[in-house]
Amino acid sequence: MLGYLFLTIIALSLVAYYVGALSGKKFAAACGSEVHSLPSYHGAFVAIWVGVPALILVLLWSAFQGGVIDSLIYSSLPAALTDGLSEAQRNLTLSEIHNVATGQIFAEPAPEITLAAERLNRWETTVRIAVFVATLAVMMLGFFFAHSKLAPRFRARNGVETALSVFMVFCSVIAILTTVGIVVSLVYEAWAFFALVPPSEFFFGLRWEPQIAIRPDQIAGAGAFGAVPVFVGTLVISTIAMCVAIPIGLYTAIYLVEYASDRVRQIVKPLMEILAGVPTVVYGFFAVLTVAPAIRNAGGLVGVGVSPNSALAAGLVMGIMIIPFVSSLSDDALRAVPRSMRDGSLAMGATRAETMNRVLLPAALPGIMGGVLLALSRAIGETMIVVMAAGLIASMNVNPLESVTTVTVQIVSLLIGDTAFDSPKTLAAFALGLVLFVVTLMLNVVALTIVRRYREQYE
Amino acid sequence: MTDAAATASPHYSSSEAAAAKRRRRYAADARLRGYGIAAISLALGLLGVLITTLVVGGYPAFTQTMVRVDFPISTENVDPADPAAGNFRRVMSAGVSELLPGAESPAEVRAITSILTNNTQFILRNAVVEDPSVIGGTLALKVPASDPFDQLNKGLINRDTPEDVRRLNDQQIAWFDSLREQGRISTPFNWGLFTNSDSRFPEVAGLAGAIVGSAYALMVCFLISFPVGIAAAIYLEEFAPKNRATDVIEVNINNLAAVPSIVFGLLGLAVFIQIFGLPRSAPIVGGMVLSLMTLPTIIIVTRNAIKAVPPSIREAAYGVGASKHQVTLHHVLPLALPGILTGTIIGLAQALGETAPLLLIGMNAFITSPPGGVFEASTALPTQIFIWADSPERGFVSRTSAAILVLLGFLIIMNGIAVFLRQRLERTW
Repeated sequence: MLGYLFLTIIALSLVAYYVGALSGKKFAAACGSEVHSLPSYHGAFVAIWVGVPALILVLLWSAFQGGVIDSLIYSSLPAALTDGLSEAQRNLTLSEIHNVATGQIFAEPAPEITLAAERLNRWETTVRIAVFVATLAVMMLGFFFAHSKLAPRFRARNGVETALSVFMVFCSVIAILTTVGIVVSLVYEAWAFFALVPPSEFFFGLRWEPQIAIRPDQIAGAGAFGAVPVFVGTLVISTIAMCVAIPIGLYTAIYLVEYASDRVRQIVKPLMEILAGVPTVVYGFFAVLTVAPAIRNAGGLVGVGVSPNSALAAGLVMGIMIIPFVSSLSDDALRAVPRSMRDGSLAMGATRAETMNRVLLPAALPGIMGGVLLALSRAIGETMIVVMAAGLIASMNVNPLESVTTVTVQIVSLLIGDTAFDSPKTLAAFALGLVLFVVTLMLNVVALTIVRRYREQYE
Repeated sequence: MTDAAATASPHYSSSEAAAAKRRRRYAADARLRGYGIAAISLALGLLGVLITTLVVGGYPAFTQTMVRVDFPISTENVDPADPAAGNFRRVMSAGVSELLPGAESPAEVRAITSILTNNTQFILRNAVVEDPSVIGGTLALKVPASDPFDQLNKGLINRDTPEDVRRLNDQQIAWFDSLREQGRISTPFNWGLFTNSDSRFPEVAGLAGAIVGSAYALMVCFLISFPVGIAAAIYLEEFAPKNRATDVIEVNINNLAAVPSIVFGLLGLAVFIQIFGLPRSAPIVGGMVLSLMTLPTIIIVTRNAIKAVPPSIREAAYGVGASKHQVTLHHVLPLALPGILTGTIIGLAQALGETAPLLLIGMNAFITSPPGGVFEASTALPTQIFIWADSPERGFVSRTSAAILVLLGFLIIMNGIAVFLRQRLERTW
């Protein structure tokens, strides 16, 4: 249905374009250089008036149709059926009507439901026809309006360019809308969560047991939403990752900047980019299948018990994933140090190691710090490796051989499967998401500021 | 300075000490160089280990053990008028009981049937419905062997392990060997990996649904992020006035590029599914979420490509009377297009490998047929890898590696196209 509407709109817009362009050509033939706009602009002007209003109409209709019809159907049900129904029961009744309407009948429905379903089908057909007619009418109106304006001195190009500018501004604003959408949805759901669980418990509580009681008298069914163990686990795994990534990444950058020949650089840099381009789900599988058993076996050899989903395995693999970030950002920072400083040091007889340690590294330190912070924000927000390789149980420990859980693991495990938007379990995921968003955003802002300041210093 | 030099010179006259100091300094230099080489070899070595494990683990899944069975299709079991309603379980038993002479009891026939995949009767039904002329005759069909026997054939089950800890007992291995002696076992290329959809049984599980789902999601992602990204980039680079609002948009785009992907999944769940009421697990929601993630990449790449077009082009176009829009659309954009395309393909390749947001919007469901449209429930390649990695059956381990190799193959192709475009089309001024 929607597809046919879009096709109709596109087809009629094309027709409008040709009609408009034809008028433009007639003007050009009749008046020569008196004409303001090229024929194609006359065409585009008419096409925009035909297509855009119709498109907006259809999009608005598809966004609101479902809700309006549902509430109409519901209010048409006999009062005996709807009295004192809760929100959830209302939705249940409506979905039953929808199922009956599409022919998915599981048990003999009540006669009122069957009637409502028939009404629903009838109304939907009516609405479909109505929308089709309305769209066609809007397109006709647009066409006559735009076509009547066409004239040799008509500024069709200006009209088209204004429309294009509006479209471009709208597209730029989408980036803002995305951020606003993220913030609003996270804050809204987190707000609902904090109405159920006090923030003091969430930020300072030491027990994280997000299960919900099915029966009221269930043992340990109340659930506990103290997120400190989750934060600690995230820190443990990120720290391990940074301990792997910073030395390897930094020494790689130092070698590439100071020692490597051009040929080595040309080979090593793309290979490091491959390391950065491997999807994280692949790293996760690698951690589970290869690294975790290897660590377990190594632990067994020296007589240390290692948990099957130890923090060490997840952290190590996450460190491997982050190496390219650290190395390429450090590489940029080291290269941004003015050549005169480096040459001056070498000219005084310093070795390359001395130049690196006493001149280049101190000068590039802010840039490298910025890169490390960006990498840290990446590690905290990384999901798939920890979902596959880290644990699910939140425990307060910093032993890398034990299993810990992270913020992202908890978000995924709370939201996977069916989700109801009124249980604290689901809402807790959004509260964790909000914390994650705020922390990574702060890290990014600080890192980008440091990098920018530092760059300005040498420009 | 001269004073310092004068006091320093006697120090260096003792060449012994100077040489020792020089040696130490050169040793420090060599050490730093050594650390660098060690770091690079470690990083690349880990990459090598990663690729090697995947290839070694995944290549067995690119072949599949098949068993040729002659099924007698009697009119008694299958009605020629309505072949789809036939009793294919009995047809299967009839075929199996002829495989190994001497196996007569129903229990033994059942045990031998377990050599074939659990889906055998459906494969049989499809084959008969497709070609009803075999009814009344015999149908020779190559059926995939079930997972344990597939592993046995590929040498992944060690025959020397004691029987009680082995997944197959001696009798089962003997049956399989006798089938091999009859020449009924073959190990062709596993086309099923690409033509089948997901299944509970590893031997018939394939990636068709995931590939189609990923293709739909990427299509939606491209259709949204490509035009919107280019329009936003053109506006910011060529038209936007330099004021606070523009600054906010720019900072915003840079920050969006660094927001963790799972947060975009939360956005998709709360807005697209909860508020807009779009269906769960559908590629359209996945594509929309991915497009929001790809948008910053495309905007940044497009702006750089537009910046690289020299001002002389713009000035020449202004000089012959073009309007600002005409300059941008007719001259700057076409010249920047190769760079934009390169960046877009790289952005889409990133989107193809993205998993976490798709998990949150439910694209990790168990779905046994490819989606028929963008509104139908589906999986995607990375989420299929995640599902298989979580499956307990042994056969899924090699399937997961194989699926990863397929995903990496797609990524390599996309990046290869991007590199090709960059080298062939991009102009330096």
